[in-house]
Order: sequence, then C-alpha cells, then structure tokens
Amino acid sequence: MAEMDTSSGGGHKKGPGVKKGKKLSTRIDLTPMVDLGFLLITFFMYTTTMSKPKTMEINMPYKDEQIKEEEQTKIKASTVITVLLSKEHRIYYYEGIGDDPTKPPQLNVTYFKPKDGIRDVIINKKKAIEDMKASGALGAKDQATIIIKPDVTSTYEDLVNILDEMSINDVRVYAIVDITPVDKEFIQMTEQANGVQ
Amino acid sequence: MPKLKMPRKSTHVDMTAMCDVAFLLLTFFMLATKFKPDEPVTVTTPNSISEIPLPDADIMMITVDPKGRIFFSVDNPKVRTDLIEDMDEYKKLGLTTAEKRAFAVGSSVGVPFSQLKSYLAAEPAQQKEFDKTAVGIPTDTTVTSEANELAAWIRVARNNNPKLRITIKADADASYPDIKKIITTLEGWKIFKFNLITGLKAVPPGTAAYDIQMGKPAKQ
Repeated sequence: MAEMDTSSGGGHKKGPGVKKGKKLSTRIDLTPMVDLGFLLITFFMYTTTMSKPKTMEINMPYKDEQIKEEEQTKIKASTVITVLLSKEHRIYYYEGIGDDPTKPPQLNVTYFKPKDGIRDVIINKKKAIEDMKASGALGAKDQATIIIKPDVTSTYEDLVNILDEMSINDVRVYAIVDITPVDKEFIQMTEQANGVQ
Repeated sequence: MPKLKMPRKSTHVDMTAMCDVAFLLLTFFMLATKFKPDEPVTVTTPNSISEIPLPDADIMMITVDPKGRIFFSVDNPKVRTDLIEDMDEYKKLGLTTAEKRAFAVGSSVGVPFSQLKSYLAAEPAQQKEFDKTAVGIPTDTTVTSEANELAAWIRVARNNNPKLRITIKADADASYPDIKKIITTLEGWKIFKFNLITGLKAVPPGTAAYDIQMGKPAKQ
C-alpha cells in the first residue's frame, strides 16, 4: 500500500556498472519519540488544573439608610438562634436575639464538628420550630432564623463554615450581623465563668 | 541427548503503538489544560458543599492572604487595559504607556497607588519579589474615604464592565475583620451579591442538604 519502490533507484541508468543503492529499512526506532511524548504528557499533567474552583454565592441584606425602622422586617425572638463566632473556632450560641443586657441569655459553647456540634443545634432548633408550629404557637410562615455574629477574633474559615452549615441544614433565613458590645460582654462573662483565657 | 535450540527472539519491540498512545494522551492534555494563573500569594481556601463553578470570564477577584493583605485582579486583558487607563486618569498616577501595558499583561496587584508606578515599571521578576513584602491594597470601613483604595479599584472596574462578577478568594486563616472591610466596601457600592471561592467537600449524609441532593423533598 504505502510502500515506496526503492529498488529502481537509478531509473534509466540501469546497467552492470551502476551500483545499486543500498536498500534502507523504513523502520525507525521510535523509542526517543515515545520518550519525548511521555515527557510532555507528564509536564501537561502537572500543570493542568482539572478541577475548577467552586464558589459560594452570598447575598448580603440590602442596606439603605433611608429604610425606616418600622419598615424593617421583624423576626420573632422565639425562632432565632444567635451564633457568636469566637477565637479558636469556638462557637457560642444562645436562643433569642439577646437584646436585653439585664437578662443575659444562657450561652452554650460548641464547635464545628459532625456530631454534637453546631449542626445538631440547628437541627434541633428546626425541629422545635416545627413542634411550635404544630401547636399553633407560631404561624405557618415562621422559619428558623440564625443570626451570625462573627467576633473580631474569628477567621474567614469560621464564616465560610457557618454559612456552609446554613446550606447543609437548609436554613433559609440567616444574616451576618456585626457583633454588639453586649454580645462581647456575654462572651467575656462566659469565658470568665469557665476559666478560659 | 539432542541439544534443544531455543529460537532466538529479537529484543526489539514495535514502538509505534506506544507512540500512538503517548501522543493521543499528549493531545488530550494539551487541549484540556488551562494553565494555573500566576498568583502573587498562595491561598488555601476553606471548603464548602457549594457546587457552583466559577464562571470562565468576567471575574474580578479580590485575594486575601493569611496576613490580611489584599490583592486585586481582573481576568480579561481588554478590561485591564481600559481599567488602568481610567485609573490613571482618576487618580492622576502619571503612568507611561509601557507601565500601562505592564498592568494589562500582569496578574494581581497588591500595592497602594503611591507605589503603583514604580511597581509597574519594574521587571516581572522584581515584581514577584516585591509581592512577597507588599502591603496589599489599603481598605477602610467607609467606601467614600480617600484611604479606601480598594473601593476605587472596584468602582473603576465596574464602570468599565458592569457584568464583572465579584469573587473573594480569601485564605482560611484570614481574620474576619479583614473580610469584613471588603464586604463593607462592596456594600458601600451597593453590591450585595458576590461569590466566595471555596474548595469542594462532600455533603454530610443525613442532613437536609443531603436529602435535597438525593432528590428527596426537604422536610420543612
């Protein structure tokens, strides 16, 4: 098929005195070419970025100075858990919104962990709200609400983790809010009571 | 006993098939590859279960390293060219054409405006060296403040290309107040929707998100 006629090297000059060209093999040693091929494969395999980075979409509440106090959405304190992110990936949480400094809420401490961590707290809260809805204490539209207040000592990882818990547990209503001095006091009081430095 | 003569086999192997495979794979990797963009700092992002892929084009990326230094970049070279042109005019930086070109083809910047001219005039190797000690783009808690240079970058970039999607790529160990400053700056420009770049982790079984992923209706 694709064979070249190498025997008739001389063409018309055929004769006894004309030397016949040496028949060369058409086989080439492909080993160096394979070597090169694999070298390049290795290079591209190392430099390639196969998995594209994923992103997490975040919607901050619309902030406008012109929105009046009475137009703002009110949430029922009984549906709320306030989560305070503190140092060393520690989480403090309490029920309600903790707006009354004279009656400090009971702060509980937890961590990001698969069991008995913040996730179970959220799941239990969702269950409790279902129960309250069934008994008529809450309206049908009420949902579990999480208020996230990252302290200045918390890291970005904590923030992403808690936002991730929101999507893991399908919490629809949550907000990232600035930590208040009152909350800082709560943390301090709890830390002192437990002897945490 | 007659001597048994083993037929001598040639040690040559036909390499053609192997060569074919090698080049097939090579072609695949060459076409599939997308080079890692040059980044001034290494950032380890935290993980989340979110599976939204990062869009291919029109990205404005704000990178935050563990020390809280901020680097700013836009992916599209065309937008970068216009961006530096406008920025030069807006902040009266007095950049030369060569320095503007250096910005257009470069990667992230993490220097204040006062150092931008000398930074862009430097060789790429020197720039890399400088990035290690750079202070990052200064930010502030108020968007209108003159000291909030990140706000100026965001504003000029968005004026150039309103479709730019804003992504924050921060290190897991970056402290919250640093992130907070960026978020406040974005909110100051009435940007309430942005993306955080995260790694991927599996959805833990037995949770609401797991049920949704498995196609079961979520318990309300």
